[in-house]
Amino acid sequence: MYTASDLRKGLKVIIDEEPYIVTAFEFSKPGKGQALYRTKLRNMITGLTMDRTFREGDTFEPASLEERAMQFLYKEGDHYHFMDNETYEQIIISEESLGDAKNFLIENMNVEILLFGDRAIGVELSNFVNLRVIKTEPWVRGDTSKADFKPATLETGYVLRVPPFIEEGELITIDTRTGDFSKRVKE
Amino acid sequence: MATNWPLARRKRALQQRARILQGIRQFFIETGYLEVETPHRIPTPAPESHIDAIPFDTWFLHTSPELCMKRMMAAGYEKIFQICRCWRDKERGNLHLPEFTLLEWYRSGGDYQSLMEECEEVIRYVAMAIGLGQRIFFRGHEIDLSEPWERISVREAFHCYTQTSVTETMEENLFDEMMVHQIEPKLGVRRPTFIYDYPAKRGALARLKEQDPSVAERFELYIGGLELANGFSELVDSEEQRRRFHIENENRQSFGKPIYSMPAKFLAELDHMPPSTGIALGVDRLVMVFLNAETIDEVVAFTPEEL
Repeated sequence: MYTASDLRKGLKVIIDEEPYIVTAFEFSKPGKGQALYRTKLRNMITGLTMDRTFREGDTFEPASLEERAMQFLYKEGDHYHFMDNETYEQIIISEESLGDAKNFLIENMNVEILLFGDRAIGVELSNFVNLRVIKTEPWVRGDTSKADFKPATLETGYVLRVPPFIEEGELITIDTRTGDFSKRVKE
Repeated sequence: MATNWPLARRKRALQQRARILQGIRQFFIETGYLEVETPHRIPTPAPESHIDAIPFDTWFLHTSPELCMKRMMAAGYEKIFQICRCWRDKERGNLHLPEFTLLEWYRSGGDYQSLMEECEEVIRYVAMAIGLGQRIFFRGHEIDLSEPWERISVREAFHCYTQTSVTETMEENLFDEMMVHQIEPKLGVRRPTFIYDYPAKRGALARLKEQDPSVAERFELYIGGLELANGFSELVDSEEQRRRFHIENENRQSFGKPIYSMPAKFLAELDHMPPSTGIALGVDRLVMVFLNAETIDEVVAFTPEEL
């Protein structure tokens, strides 16, 4: 159990039965008044943020979130199937809860699944993943009229901007934090 | 090469801090005040709803030198000041340290209005002493220190800056929230602001206003939205004071906080105290204002986390 005076940036607490992370925190105490703890909180399921001010006596349950190593198996409609590497138990996460991670998932990829109780609320990917380009315009050598970047579609369906020398069928590295092209992989 | 960079980087701030302390002392010496020192370790703090003392054996570290300095006033010391360390439990944030420096001064005669004027003089004097002019920059505001500073009653402030009234807010028990969210950010942004006449319940050691006993003759000084000082016309009626301490202790009990025993010697001597004014000013925060610092950490040599 936490009390308001334990509130810090990064603390994970349960409010209205949902897990929140404290993203900003300020202690206030107007003259002779009570201690107030002003926070910005991000809902770890919906990603929505809110401002909330707490008083000294307020208490919170810690949001115990567990990370488990799993493998992405396959996608079926809006449902993404994962398997726990230890127990072989399978879970399903909706496309919506995956957020941007869906752009970088390919079958058999190892990921960390974030669990709140029994509920999977997110996926942690490696910072860099390698994915194959399945579609992009060929590069016309010597053509300087074209921009420095051109669109390319990856095997996951994700479209991003790549340098003109990248060709169809090539493997490239993507930074999953920004979704940007990072480098070409030499095979 | 210094290895403790955060500390090395604060050298200029700490040099200025020393000059500010010298300026404060000089003002009070020149205006005929006696500098006093009272014990930091005391048997019991003043029972106040929201101020928690740090225990020290069976005694406490003082949360302010208020009770001892008032006993001196009752014993015939007419103009006294003190700069000292004070401790308040669990107060830590960008504007709070659990150990901080307070300037308190008391004088007999006058009331909170004359005290506001004197408070202006002190701060202008110190600003001059450290080479600042009449204009200072703090928290993105250009603040004019020349006379007169803004004076606004708590009632007016609620009227100007909120959709509700003090009475309603007190009934809903949201006074502190309204102050912090709606009112404080508006105070002292063009010139320093005195906000005065607090609800009677919010001035446990202040005299009630004769013409309107629903408010206490208490004020707070704000510069750039930052609360700097709390002053009032002192309550010098021991029976009334005892009654108020009991109420404060009842509040403490309802919040699950320890209650404090009655400061018996203070109460026994209080009736001998002449009508007086007294004020506590946060020195660390004054340094923040003059140095345009964002956090209190920037103006002290060590924070508790750095020890």
